[in-house]
Amino acid sequence: MQMPQPDPAIIQRKAEIVARLQRVLPHDAVIHEEHETRAYECDALTAYRCPPLAAVLPASTAEVAAVLKVCHEEGVPVVPRGSGTSLAGGALPTADCVILGVARLAEVIETNYPDRYIRVQTGRTNLSVTGAVEEDGWFYAPDPSSQLACAIAGNIGMNSGGAHCLKYGVTTNNLLGVTMVMMDGTVVEIGGAHLDAPGLDLLGVICGSEGQLGVVTEATLRILPKPEGARPVLMGFDSNEVAGECVSDIIKAGVLPVAIEFMDRPCIRATEAFAGAGYPDCEALLIVEVEGSPAEIDEQLGVIMQIARRHDPVELRESQSAEESARIWLGRKSAFGAMGQINDYMCLDGTIPVNELPHVLRRIGELSEQYGLEVANVFHAGDGNMHPLILFNANEEGQLEKCEAFGADILRLCVEVGGCLTGEHGVGIEKRDLMLDQFAPDDLEAQLRVKDVFDPRWLLNPAKVFPLAVTQNRRQAAG
Amino acid sequence: MLTPRDEAELSEAIAGASGALRITGGGTRPSGRTRGEVLSTGHLSGIRLYEPGALTIVAGAGTPVTEVEEALAAQNQRLPFEPIDHRRLLEQEGVPTIGGMVAVNASGPRRIQAGACRDSLIGVRFVDGAGTVIKNGGRVMKNVTGYDLVKLLAGSWGTLGVMSELSFKVLPGIAATATLRLGGLAAEGAVAAMSAALGSPYEVSGAAYLPDEGDVILRIEGFEASVAYRAERLSGLLERFGAARTLTDRAEEASRWRAVRDAAACAPSEGGAGDVWRISVRPSDGPQVAERLGSRMRLVDWGGGLIWAVVPEGQPLRRELAGIAGHATLLRAAPETHAALGMFHPEPEALAAVSRGLRARFDPRGILNPGLMDGASAAA
Ligand SMILES: Cc1cc2nc3c(=O)[nH]c(=O)nc-3n(C[C@H](O)[C@H](O)[C@H](O)COP(=O)(O)OP(=O)(O)OC[C@H]3O[C@@H](n4cnc5c(N)ncnc54)[C@H](O)[C@@H]3O)c2cc1C
Repeated sequence: MQMPQPDPAIIQRKAEIVARLQRVLPHDAVIHEEHETRAYECDALTAYRCPPLAAVLPASTAEVAAVLKVCHEEGVPVVPRGSGTSLAGGALPTADCVILGVARLAEVIETNYPDRYIRVQTGRTNLSVTGAVEEDGWFYAPDPSSQLACAIAGNIGMNSGGAHCLKYGVTTNNLLGVTMVMMDGTVVEIGGAHLDAPGLDLLGVICGSEGQLGVVTEATLRILPKPEGARPVLMGFDSNEVAGECVSDIIKAGVLPVAIEFMDRPCIRATEAFAGAGYPDCEALLIVEVEGSPAEIDEQLGVIMQIARRHDPVELRESQSAEESARIWLGRKSAFGAMGQINDYMCLDGTIPVNELPHVLRRIGELSEQYGLEVANVFHAGDGNMHPLILFNANEEGQLEKCEAFGADILRLCVEVGGCLTGEHGVGIEKRDLMLDQFAPDDLEAQLRVKDVFDPRWLLNPAKVFPLAVTQNRRQAAG
Repeated sequence: MLTPRDEAELSEAIAGASGALRITGGGTRPSGRTRGEVLSTGHLSGIRLYEPGALTIVAGAGTPVTEVEEALAAQNQRLPFEPIDHRRLLEQEGVPTIGGMVAVNASGPRRIQAGACRDSLIGVRFVDGAGTVIKNGGRVMKNVTGYDLVKLLAGSWGTLGVMSELSFKVLPGIAATATLRLGGLAAEGAVAAMSAALGSPYEVSGAAYLPDEGDVILRIEGFEASVAYRAERLSGLLERFGAARTLTDRAEEASRWRAVRDAAACAPSEGGAGDVWRISVRPSDGPQVAERLGSRMRLVDWGGGLIWAVVPEGQPLRRELAGIAGHATLLRAAPETHAALGMFHPEPEALAAVSRGLRARFDPRGILNPGLMDGASAAA
């Protein structure tokens, strides 16, 4: 993956730029020594690394504004960073950029139950948002598997989803308002505790803009009362096709589970070895979870299990206790960790129309043989968001490139069947060069216009999302 | 009148336009001061793809809302957001289209539970002010590939482009409904009761207050047994606000929710003459708004967050609501009033500048619905 050449003029001025940043921030909030900036050299796409010019850790919106003003005046690119768990390289630095981390902005500003929202600073982790309201019987719905670590900032940047978004939607459906600092240091309030926009829906386009339109420092999030209970059922099938048909039939039957998760054999095996969740040894496994009172759960699971039985499951296990539910989820939740134990892997994130599931899984299998690289599939089946994990050996010459080529083929396949390159992880650098497989040049141009308006000098996270060749003129004109 | 029959003709019509265009779908929501030659999307009609097993439908922007709803109903599915039909309120005839519905982000009582129109919209094809065809989003419900122009187009009132094709995420149909009625409540108690209901785990899908009657109505939907169970639990929870009655007449129940959805209390036949304002606030500010509005307040929806008012012509209502966070849209008024007060709530200058900038880039000649949503700032 190519990154633009760093601007030597900026690197030369490092000392002055750092000095200016130190004037507007406390001393320990400006990180510039080489051994320290290394901590910011990558996100969770660890194959690509580059220490930034400097990293700053402002502790208030005013400090963020001051930093951006300096960088704007100096013409220094800025890469916003939450917790650095992006799998797409969204928070990957360039050597001439300042990483603006919001980790010190982690407070809860207000919780309001009558109006059903919480206002937080965006460096707060996803899980600790729910943590702040849980005891009172509430939760924040979007639940990426990385929720222990990832920050609301990055969730907004990537419009992150989670296992339960089939029912509750993704970040954008649960975001009511933000405080955002524009690249020139202007602070804007967008949205609020009310439900709709007075004019153009700017909040809608900011969410998922991968740190390219502004730095979000505070957010008003919708919170929900916790359901009375939830219960998963585990189903094992002889083939991916049958599991895929079962998903489609459940959806058509009029029940809407909160989650339908899918794992294939390689993934089941790996997680079983790692977590010992007691999964059956079969080709495909579904975890379907429903919510409500015990009676409501019984009713919904009744319908779902009846459908499952029509597809001859090799295993059909309804959880009988909280402990068993936790065990059923344990394997799914540790799937990425399990794969990481046995191999290096690349996690893809394309979405497909649910009815294309069997076809796409078959094609992935064929490609896997062609490339000689194994794939494990684990994903949110209800909404067609796939996560093929391609296993490779990073220490072996040429394997990363091969893996990337395989990944690109899978993503093109997703687009070909009517889907898209990324369902929740974002484009970052990872899918940047595939954008023209999904969009016509005019489609991309329309998106670039939006950035032109918010960030006319193209200083915010400029090397991401769009193919470098497409943005080159804009980035250079700005420099 | 321009009536393109497909997207290519739409693109030609816009590229070739020499002056202002006034975009219409079914012509049922002609608000504001816009002028110019009429460009109708009425012929860009028809369902292009419907995949019940994937919960998605794709249709031309000129497709009547009812056509989409009927196709969905035949498979026991539906649009989640219960779009408002503006005809009674704005005294219009014609057939509402999905393009118009999206252009105004039309969302009804179920918005509090299922999200707004913009939350169900997953893909859009549109033609910008230069005649360029642009697509964004697609037909899958999880998609973060590039910027979300889908949301930006929803509620843009035709000012950024003319939509030609739309994709929606849909939901399974509703097996059973129950509506609880609490009587004798003033605004403060009403909002408190609605907040208590919406703060419960019983999944309330509608929470409205009818000030004239002093009634709060609360709706629960789902499988039959589950609806009965939740209705009972909810009545118990709300005991301190009075005895909740369940509406037993199905027809009355449906017509009540339709009336809330369409803000019937503000229709000339019921609310009388005057300007109609749509006020969006945080629910707990509702009582304060109610106090300032007095009898001008006609209806409260979204658990207190959406307030409908009918006021004597020309009253500058925004001034009276100063200090309360949120916004007020002047939905129905005479042209002079719209000109004097502005239909949309003024935004702070930094945001107004962004809105103007977007509009200038998507419609450089300023020909799409000029005069509508013109990005006035609070300072102006
Ligand atoms: C093991 C694992 C599991 C994961 N599971 C999921 C999952 O289930 N669902 C899912 O959606 N994702 C998942 N992810 C991906 C990742 O966790 C999400 O993308 C997450 O939202 C990133 O948050 P972050 O705080 O780490 O952001 P970062 O990685 O720091 O940044 C992400 C993007 O947001 C931008 N950004 C950061 N802060 C700001 C700000 N203040 N203002 C504006 N832009 C900003 C950055 O520039 C970057 O483009 C997973 C990742 C890992 C490693």
